[in-house]
Amino acid sequence: MDPFVSHTGVVVPLDRANVDTDQIIPKQFLKSIRRTGFGDNLFDAWRYLDEGDIGMNANERRINHDFVLNAPRFADGSILLARDNFGCGSSREHAVWALAEYGFRCVIAPSFADIFFTNALKNGLLLVVLAESQIDAVFSAVATTVGFSLTVDLRAQRIDGDAFHATFDIEPERKRLLLEGMDDIGLTMRHADAIRAFETAHRERQPWVFREGG
Amino acid sequence: MAGRTVYDKIWDAHAVAERDDGLTILYIDRHLLHEVTSPQAFEGLALAGRHPWRRDANLATPDHNVPTTNRAAGIDGIDDPVARTQVVTLDENCKRFAIEQFEMTDVRQGIVHVIGPEQGATLPGMTIVCGDSHTSTHGAFAALAHGIGTSEVEHVLATQCLVQRKSRNMRIVADGDLGAGVGAKDLILAIIGAIGTAGATGHAVEYAGSAVRALSMEARMTLCNMSVEAGGRAGLVAVDDTTIDYVHGRPFAPVGALWDRAEEYWRGLKSDDDASFDREVHLDASQIVPQVTWGTSPELVLGIDETVPAPEAFDDPAKRELCERALDYMDLVPGTAMTDVAVDRVFIGSCTNGRIEDFRAAAAVLDGRKVADSVTQALAVPGSGLVKQQAEAEGLDAIFKAAGFEWRDPGCSMCLAMNEDRLYPRERSAATSNRNFEGRQGYLGRTHLVSPAMAAAAAVAGHFADVREF
Ligand code: SF4
Repeated sequence: MDPFVSHTGVVVPLDRANVDTDQIIPKQFLKSIRRTGFGDNLFDAWRYLDEGDIGMNANERRINHDFVLNAPRFADGSILLARDNFGCGSSREHAVWALAEYGFRCVIAPSFADIFFTNALKNGLLLVVLAESQIDAVFSAVATTVGFSLTVDLRAQRIDGDAFHATFDIEPERKRLLLEGMDDIGLTMRHADAIRAFETAHRERQPWVFREGG
Repeated sequence: MAGRTVYDKIWDAHAVAERDDGLTILYIDRHLLHEVTSPQAFEGLALAGRHPWRRDANLATPDHNVPTTNRAAGIDGIDDPVARTQVVTLDENCKRFAIEQFEMTDVRQGIVHVIGPEQGATLPGMTIVCGDSHTSTHGAFAALAHGIGTSEVEHVLATQCLVQRKSRNMRIVADGDLGAGVGAKDLILAIIGAIGTAGATGHAVEYAGSAVRALSMEARMTLCNMSVEAGGRAGLVAVDDTTIDYVHGRPFAPVGALWDRAEEYWRGLKSDDDASFDREVHLDASQIVPQVTWGTSPELVLGIDETVPAPEAFDDPAKRELCERALDYMDLVPGTAMTDVAVDRVFIGSCTNGRIEDFRAAAAVLDGRKVADSVTQALAVPGSGLVKQQAEAEGLDAIFKAAGFEWRDPGCSMCLAMNEDRLYPRERSAATSNRNFEGRQGYLGRTHLVSPAMAAAAAVAGHFADVREF
């Protein structure tokens, strides 16, 4: 996983609540057995006017020019600004892979769905929760200033831009994982002895959970 | 010691260690796998030279991608080469890592959340995860069950654990009797309508009250299944006789002395009287009428006797906008009676409503009736090969077919339309599944979520109809 330390980028406003993972990456792209190749299909049904399918060449598709991602001023955007309950719905990690591959490093919203939140962390996509009023302020700044960008500094837990300043909360462990780009599994493996000891005791207490010698 | 909730008890029984940062390493008893969210996890495992920690914790089956016709053809019956590769990849991974799989042609194959309970692979008190958000279904057994992403699938394979922060406790109490023609699907839709799609975010939800106690295991699964549509990762129902009776004799369930020991432990899986909940919601079940969603989020739901709302009905500007967008996508006009909304396709199935009782409820409505001519297609898709077999043994397939339904092979099917079963642009469905998101059942398709009985009623009437009048 790539570490996340600090990032400066153009903010893309997606002014909708309850953006679900079916919208972020529609089901037909989930047939892939790879972790890559989803960026062109991020928000597929909103981004294009034709129906997308796996293997289509994005350059030959009909672009929905009304969709914010297609506006030239947001072409280089790397910070997504959204509304409540972003990432609700299915547990598909493909949604995070698609956002990251498209080029988003950070999503800012008033709230996120639980599973999406965990998935993002595992892939170095920083999710920042800000208060509704702060979110509103960024939406208006984006509306009035072409190229409005923000700097997200994870170490200082700060977001700064032209006339906008905020701090954000993040659990210390999540922060460390992101800053160091650590391998989560390796981290848990450090507790392998404790897991083994637990398992032995658990097998004594609830043997019906285990189906074979292990 | 303060009283504990069911959730607290299961959590405590699986906490391996608390890390310095306050996060808990939680032991996982059962891990269910399917073809869509596992390939990248297996690949990661192999690349890192790791192995599954405990093979017998895992059970796999293909469900999302499999066609629902011509099952005997097996993998050769999958026309879409990309989908075929995914199912083949699951086969290969299960062989390579020696994980038990119910393959496509196995009669035990089905939707993961149907086969786990059916096999007794889902047992009370377990921690259960799967790379699928509707893993909350298994909470009906007082198991702590929730969906995970692919990185976590890999993590569980490698370590048999998840790193978790404990959720808060929430209890939803539904007292009173559900009326005739009103079931668990209506109850959960009414709950989501009341608390919203983020109403339970950050919480483990326990369903309680006399209406919940009166539900069968299958109905409780329907209830817990859609916890995730209310924002909760997990839903739970305490153990009682209904739970014990259902589990007894299942293939993976303990027998003999071990059963007795297990039963004694399981019976303790209820919240203590003095347990405290961070949030409680109360509902009068007797007031709930058959529900039907009208919008593109499960919280946009109405009683069948109601009319499509106008944006002005919502005070919150964000809700108003959601309403406008939903009206536009769903092509509905405020003030329209739900019973005047015509349907093109009907889908009965999914992990929400693909069990035997669901087909019985629909068949009771369809018996002696016909699907309306205006309905393009009506699909009945059993949740597993064993559900299909049972339904056929009861003659339900004959009722469905006589009514004009197609009687299919098991899989997720039109719930998410990864296979051929789907809505075409601008078509409208009555579906017993769990999500009415834009495009969920097909590009530009319009989904209305209902119970199996209500789906059957809509199929017969050609438009939404009150099943209580059937
Ligand atoms: S039936 Fe639908 S919701 Fe359930 S597991 Fe399959 S795709 Fe997911």
